Amino acid sequence: MSESLEMITTSSDEGTLPLPEPLCREIYDKMLTIRRFEEAVLDIYTQGLMRGLAHLYIGQEASAVGICSALNDDDYLTSTHRGHGHLIAKGGKVDRMMAEMMGKVDGYNRGKGGTMHIADMSLGILGANGIVGGGMGMATGAALSGKMRGSGQVAVCFFGDGAINQGAFLESANLASIWSLPVLFVCENNHYGEYTAASDVTAVREHVAERAAGFDMPAVVVDGNDAVAVHQTAVEMVQRARTGEGPCLIENKTYRYRGHHVGDGDPEKTYRTQEETDTWLAKDPIPRFARRMLKAGMMDEAELESIDTTITKRVEDAVAFANESPYPEAGEVTDHVYA
Amino acid sequence: MSTPERVITYGEAVREAIAEEMRRDETVFFMGEDVAAAGGVFKVTVGLLDEFGEDRVRDTPISEAGIMGAGVGAALTGMRPIVEIMFGDFITIAMDQIVNQAAKMCYMTGGQASCALTVRTTIGAGRSSAAQHSQSLQAWLSHIPGVKVAIPSTPADLKGLLKTAIRDDNPTVIYEDKMMYGLKGPVPDDDDYTIPFGVADIKREGSDVTLVATSSMVHTALKAAGMLEKEGVSAEVVDPRTLSPLDMDTIIRSVEKTSRAVVVDEAYQSYGVTGELASRIADEAFDYLDAPVKRVGAMDVPVPFSPGLEPETIPDEAKLVRTVQGLFHDVAV
Ligand SMILES: Cc1ncc(C[n+]2csc(CCOP(=O)(O)OP(=O)(O)O)c2C)c(N)n1
Ligand SMILES: [Mg+2]
Repeated sequence: MSESLEMITTSSDEGTLPLPEPLCREIYDKMLTIRRFEEAVLDIYTQGLMRGLAHLYIGQEASAVGICSALNDDDYLTSTHRGHGHLIAKGGKVDRMMAEMMGKVDGYNRGKGGTMHIADMSLGILGANGIVGGGMGMATGAALSGKMRGSGQVAVCFFGDGAINQGAFLESANLASIWSLPVLFVCENNHYGEYTAASDVTAVREHVAERAAGFDMPAVVVDGNDAVAVHQTAVEMVQRARTGEGPCLIENKTYRYRGHHVGDGDPEKTYRTQEETDTWLAKDPIPRFARRMLKAGMMDEAELESIDTTITKRVEDAVAFANESPYPEAGEVTDHVYA
Repeated sequence: MSTPERVITYGEAVREAIAEEMRRDETVFFMGEDVAAAGGVFKVTVGLLDEFGEDRVRDTPISEAGIMGAGVGAALTGMRPIVEIMFGDFITIAMDQIVNQAAKMCYMTGGQASCALTVRTTIGAGRSSAAQHSQSLQAWLSHIPGVKVAIPSTPADLKGLLKTAIRDDNPTVIYEDKMMYGLKGPVPDDDDYTIPFGVADIKREGSDVTLVATSSMVHTALKAAGMLEKEGVSAEVVDPRTLSPLDMDTIIRSVEKTSRAVVVDEAYQSYGVTGELASRIADEAFDYLDAPVKRVGAMDVPVPFSPGLEPETIPDEAKLVRTVQGLFHDVAV
């Protein structure tokens, strides 16, 4: 095996926090914002204020934030049906996101897209996606475009363990590799696609990332609940991509604490065990990161609490903003079919 | 002697049809994403895994092109696969295997090959599922020679047509409206009950106007017919039940009686089922018509998420009533 094909498995030393304090604060803020945002989505959905399907990102926050904290504002990302976390991590505004959840005119997409299609082109967010694997080609193309324009931009393609079995992955990874495109394929392996265990439907020895070898690209398997490890991996891979060394496959091992979508029953009663969920709950990325900040003396308990209060208020304001925003006028229905 | 009936849901009709055909013929098997252990995202295939086991009821990876291809290959070599594509929107990923492979094998091989593949998939908006989970793409495969297409509107039609599809030696596609899985209706209590493809059904008799309606739009048309009756207009509702083959005879006979026709289908209106049906009626029933054939379909826009916009785009009974009124008095529609 050549060096580039080697698979690296990584996590960081819990006793340390080798990142600058402002960055740590930002990572913590973003992760907690995602958590509180998703809890609010659960709440409005349960109250009947939101329709469609709500796929919550709770438990996976370190993946989105660890990756996006290594990006520039003008870098691109493609997201998935479970996209709220990616959007917030890349700078998405919670009030406009919440308005979109409710189909309101002040939402990012003027209510036309909803939870599965939020995009903010000004932040390089090319969109969440209702099609599993739908972002793979697009991220590859955004990287191609960046390369052709000589802009130095990179693209991140977030997708799940289920999406790696789409043919689109093979085609996109191969293209990205032969053309040395600056794209990071980030597989968020939360171990299930809907109600099916990844291990039942995915032919790999142990890690999804093994597949990178077939495309002559490096692979890193990361403790996806360790924001530091994810961030450090991303920094290295983004640097590689920007300097023309091509794509990579990062596998963030993580877990979704909720069901596939809100209202689809209790996973622990059907396709997964309480014991398994409990092991992952013990690795909750947010308290884990908080402990490290406390230990490093970057924060104290009182400040952790006041940050939570601030974020909770911001999310409450977002819900109020969304509630007050009207539905789009009926006449808007025919707008935007064409550019 | 009439067969006794039972009342079941549209979803139960799916399960019963698959189970009965799997009992009857051991070459029938069923595969799709989350269809086995979870019983499908719409829970309509719960219990099949328990009865038939993992070999014949298979959970697949999320690989629409791959599983459709596997269905085609298995069908070419002696099996009768039923492949589920969870949302009809995702069938786009598997199109090559249906359109270029399955549909053409018999013809291209000069009749050597047959492909007894059954595809089940869903259509229909109305749940704020947005643009990639709400489309009604039935026209796409109806356009393809070599594929048979059913679009049932009731539990009885679904059960009878799905059973026929499974027994058919050709590629067949069943479009199920995802909003109708809970709809109840009587079904003949007979394991051997089937409905042939190419036979339309008159869902309501009438004498003044023919409403040709598909899938969920049959129910919209029935509601419109009720409203029209109060205005003294007697509407007949004809459900083609299969788009390919298409029973034009029943439709033409109805128009011969009523002299007016409106076609309604939930898909985008342009280049779709309504266009095909309206043109065939205009052509084949020209001598009987007292008014132009009208059609009502979804707006030609991606289905919007917002509850404030989505209903605008889907045909409803009010729009249908206005369209019919326009055939009688010069009402602008
Ligand atoms: C092409 C396509 N097939 C199937 C689906 C239905 N579906 C939505 S999410 C999902 C599971 C995805 O699993 P994974 O990629 O692991 O992402 P996760 O939900 O775990 O974040 C499936 C099968 C879809 N949206 N698109
Ligand atoms: Mg998953």
